[in-house]
Amino acid sequence: MYAATAAVALIVVFGIDWARLQDKMLRPDLVADQFPEIVTQAAKNTLIFTAFGFSGGLALGLVVALMRLSPSRPYRWFAAVYTDVLRGLPALLVLIFIAFGLPIALDVRIPGTYGRGSLALAIVSSAYIAEVIRAGIEAVPRGQMEAARSLGMSYPQAMRRIILPQAFRIIIPPMTNELVLLLKDTALISVIGVTPATKELTRFGRDGVNENANATPLVVAGLLYLVLTIPMTRLAGYLERRAKVSR
Amino acid sequence: MSANATPEGTTAEGDTLPAVRLRGLHKAFGQNEVLRGIDLDIARGEVVCILGPSGSGKSTLLRCVNLLETPTAGQVFIGDTEVTAPDTDIDWIRARIGMVFQQFNLFPHLTVEENLTIAQRVVLGRGGAEATDTALAMLRRVGLEEKRGEYPARLSGGQQQRVAIARALSMGPEAMLFDEATSALDPELVGEVLDVMRELAEEGMTMLVVTHEIGFAREVADRVVFMDGGVIVEQGPPSEVLVAPREERTQRFLQRVLDR
Ligand SMILES: Nc1ncnc2c1ncn2[C@@H]1O[C@H](COP(=O)(O)OP(=O)(O)OP(=O)(O)O)[C@@H](O)[C@H]1O
Ligand SMILES: [Mg+2]
Repeated sequence: MYAATAAVALIVVFGIDWARLQDKMLRPDLVADQFPEIVTQAAKNTLIFTAFGFSGGLALGLVVALMRLSPSRPYRWFAAVYTDVLRGLPALLVLIFIAFGLPIALDVRIPGTYGRGSLALAIVSSAYIAEVIRAGIEAVPRGQMEAARSLGMSYPQAMRRIILPQAFRIIIPPMTNELVLLLKDTALISVIGVTPATKELTRFGRDGVNENANATPLVVAGLLYLVLTIPMTRLAGYLERRAKVSR
Repeated sequence: MSANATPEGTTAEGDTLPAVRLRGLHKAFGQNEVLRGIDLDIARGEVVCILGPSGSGKSTLLRCVNLLETPTAGQVFIGDTEVTAPDTDIDWIRARIGMVFQQFNLFPHLTVEENLTIAQRVVLGRGGAEATDTALAMLRRVGLEEKRGEYPARLSGGQQQRVAIARALSMGPEAMLFDEATSALDPELVGEVLDVMRELAEEGMTMLVVTHEIGFAREVADRVVFMDGGVIVEQGPPSEVLVAPREERTQRFLQRVLDR
């Protein structure tokens, strides 16, 4: 076993043309070429899509979660179908549908890449976010709603003042994970039409690969993703551990 | 309680009406008939203790009074308002009836003071200063004014339950419902909560108290109601029901409780 591992390691170290690999994946002058646009444009756009997509997803997700928990059967039913369908479809299919299919079908144009991309991401993520919020609300003990209602608060008042503030504390760690997933899903926007100004990291890297016949731009884009996602993932883990301790 | 003490005709109707009236109250959960015809009047200022074995429907009865459970049939009146009428503003009724739970149910994300002010502000529309004044007065009443800035998790169970009582009182309720308010407490903390409840009774609060504390019922109750199987089996002054119960079911229950 040990010998086999050593043999593989030897083949990797000596069998691979390291100089060629570096030239095709991490050529210093091409690395330098990517800057500053890869930050000022591509990473910025990735963050813009993430921010818009997540805000929209949060708002939609909250509505869907409240519908899912509503006493009204049609609301519950709608919310269940909504989450099942959106979680059951590939995000890419939904994105293409919203960017191209829906405008054709409804004869409306969703203006701009920012608009189309963010809307699609918001809708895709809202289904997952709704489930996170629902789980958070359900984790608040029943007695909290009863105590609030017994003091005369209406259902919406109790939700807003008593249940949701507690639910959001429970939700923060899994929600941070959703944010990371959404940030990575912004890469899907690379398949819908973009102008040079609205390229996000993946499209920027891919176009760089095509122009230079060299993987360096994609590698740099990948490193920038990691700079963004790893701290967020770590933060989520930290928040989760802290939430466990405080309970 | 004493409608005869005032000459006929001079009494305002609101003074003689019972604080709480239950008429033919039924509640079923699916096939499970939990309440099977309850008639009960609680006069203003009266303290009624409800005893009964586990599962006899005591909590359900209490929860029907402020409509945390919807009765299957029958009527509930608070003063002259029929709570069970379809057009009744339930939130407004609930604001007039305080409820204290076995598990305290304080709001953990709010300080003690905020626990007491939030419903005053949101439901009664009181301003910040008025709500705070009322909150502090009620905390003083339960002896916990110095805990106003603490979060519930930092209080003992007995303190939490006293805060819960103060929270209900800060709404200025016409009546208070207690559902086994001391059952979740360590034995050494029961006394401080019962003391607060006793004081409240002495001050003339109308109280409907589900409890296993026979001593408290004997001392404080004006009337003891014994429930079993979703009906009232026997009721009367504690000196009768607790000392010389007429019904065999009551005798057996008391025997079991006193043996513990
Ligand atoms: N929300 C509910 N759904 C279904 N069944 C319920 C519900 N609440 C209570 N029950 C049932 O109603 C019956 C009476 O319950 P209840 O809590 O009123 O009894 P209790 O007299 O308060 O008992 P305990 O002394 O154990 O608190 C029990 O059989 C219980 O299982
Ligand atoms: Mg009970």
